[in-house]
Amino acid sequence: MRNAFLDELLTVAEQDPSVVLLTGDLGFMVLEPFAERFPERFYNVGVAEQNMVGVATGLAEAGLRPFVYSIATFATLRPYEFIRNGPLLHNLPVRIVGVGGGFDYAHNGVTHHALEDIAIMRAQPRMTVIAAADPDQARAALHAGHAVDGPVYFRIGKGGVALAGLDGRFELGRLQTISPGDDVALIATGPIASETVRAAELLSSEHDIRASVSICASLAPAPIDDLVALLERVPVAVTHEAAYANGGLGSLVCEIVAEHGLQTRVVRCAVGQMPTGATGSQRWLQQRYAIDAGAVAVAAAAARGALAANA
Amino acid sequence: MSDTSQQIRRHVLEQSKRAHIGHIGSSLSIAEIVGVLVDGALDLDRGEGRGDRDRFVLAKGHAVLAWYCALHVAGRLSHEQLETFAGDGTLLAGHPEHVLDDVDFCTGSLGQGLSVGTGAALGARIVGSDRRVVVLQSDAECNEGSVWEAAMFAAQHGLENLTAIIDLNGQQALGYCKDVLDIGSNMAERWRVFGWDAVDVDGHDAGALRAALDAPRDGRPRVLVARTTFGKGVDYMQSQIRWHYMPMDDDEYASALEQVG
Repeated sequence: MRNAFLDELLTVAEQDPSVVLLTGDLGFMVLEPFAERFPERFYNVGVAEQNMVGVATGLAEAGLRPFVYSIATFATLRPYEFIRNGPLLHNLPVRIVGVGGGFDYAHNGVTHHALEDIAIMRAQPRMTVIAAADPDQARAALHAGHAVDGPVYFRIGKGGVALAGLDGRFELGRLQTISPGDDVALIATGPIASETVRAAELLSSEHDIRASVSICASLAPAPIDDLVALLERVPVAVTHEAAYANGGLGSLVCEIVAEHGLQTRVVRCAVGQMPTGATGSQRWLQQRYAIDAGAVAVAAAAARGALAANA
Repeated sequence: MSDTSQQIRRHVLEQSKRAHIGHIGSSLSIAEIVGVLVDGALDLDRGEGRGDRDRFVLAKGHAVLAWYCALHVAGRLSHEQLETFAGDGTLLAGHPEHVLDDVDFCTGSLGQGLSVGTGAALGARIVGSDRRVVVLQSDAECNEGSVWEAAMFAAQHGLENLTAIIDLNGQQALGYCKDVLDIGSNMAERWRVFGWDAVDVDGHDAGALRAALDAPRDGRPRVLVARTTFGKGVDYMQSQIRWHYMPMDDDEYASALEQVG
């Protein structure tokens, strides 16, 4: 997904001469095509994420449309106050690209695991927050996000396989449903959606539960109408994200259920605790923190079964 | 004391007293600096609206009352608007808000202004404008690591359209800089090591400030290390820590007005 996004950025930069790319000294084997094609619009600011966002603020005020690039933790957490007091307060078109949400940087350890980036970005009323689920959706999301006049946060997966049925669809404030099902609604954000799809398959084959799969890549603006329409039709919704449970997609869905008086039971499959310090592969971490396909299927089946038993 | 800085100080006292608000000493120390900026060192009127005017970043945003008063003295802010300072619904907050016409950037969180000003200077270069950017920082603000991130970047890219001014008044909120983090004694040298054209200047000498701002550039960003006296002009405030935060009572106000004239 990262490569697709950066490849598409070449097209965006070709079309829009105001695009400038800043990196906090990251992007080896990824940013070179941009640097070679647009050397006058590429700046390695050094390992200095606060200054990177501050400079981007000044550039945007001058009429440019800067992208700032780093690993998601470093792009969001270190310069968070610069983001708030800069692009957000001034409503400037700074694009923050955070690479590697969730456990993408697996064995690199918890300093590299972006688990709260969505929550803190979603907390800011003016921030557009996008987490694409596969490479083609990331391309479409880049164009849609770049059309926004204010600041945008793009959470970009390092990898990510193409999801059948998504077909590169993306629209701000909309949900994309990629497979149908009436018993349970699975709702995912980001490339962990490939695990969500597997969970739906497990629910069908092992539990005879028909689960729909929907992608919520536009976290802000939230797809409120689409979510309400989806949630009204199912007794159980399971949210799935590579992030802490509080403040992310699961919280968003709970807010909508509560605010619209819906009867849907929501189960949040997310990282529910501070990482212990033991680390491993992305798959190991997803299993350890119960956000792999098997854990999602078990949680969905349990919630469905509990409701059925009470009926 | 030049006429402009005297008027600025008088308005700072009047508005601080009316609003019963502090940060008086920090505002008094920069009266000459902001006076020079509105007296022509900055071109605030070129181009349409905010488009191509020189940019000013008051990184030490807590001293914004001095900027409001300077704008008023220069005829850019009405008395009626100045009187709204720190009131309900005002555009004149205790730290700069960019909704006010002559404020380019919101500041108030120390250590952010130089990065933003650096971006503004680089942006001017990219879009082909010869407009200049001035960032006014406090000496204690240089405690912030981000200041030095920006300093390195500005020097690396030869942003000679960027000027930082450091209000070297030697004080911070809870003590004297030398007792907290002692960086004031060789401030200019520190900036030279970071690749800047550093100039020591008397921060209360308007002529010297203007000359240092206007002197030809050599490809480096410039920093004016402006030696100032905290609370300048009011003897009981000068170099006194408590006047970072304290408002004046009636007797103190009468005395201050008499001294400033």
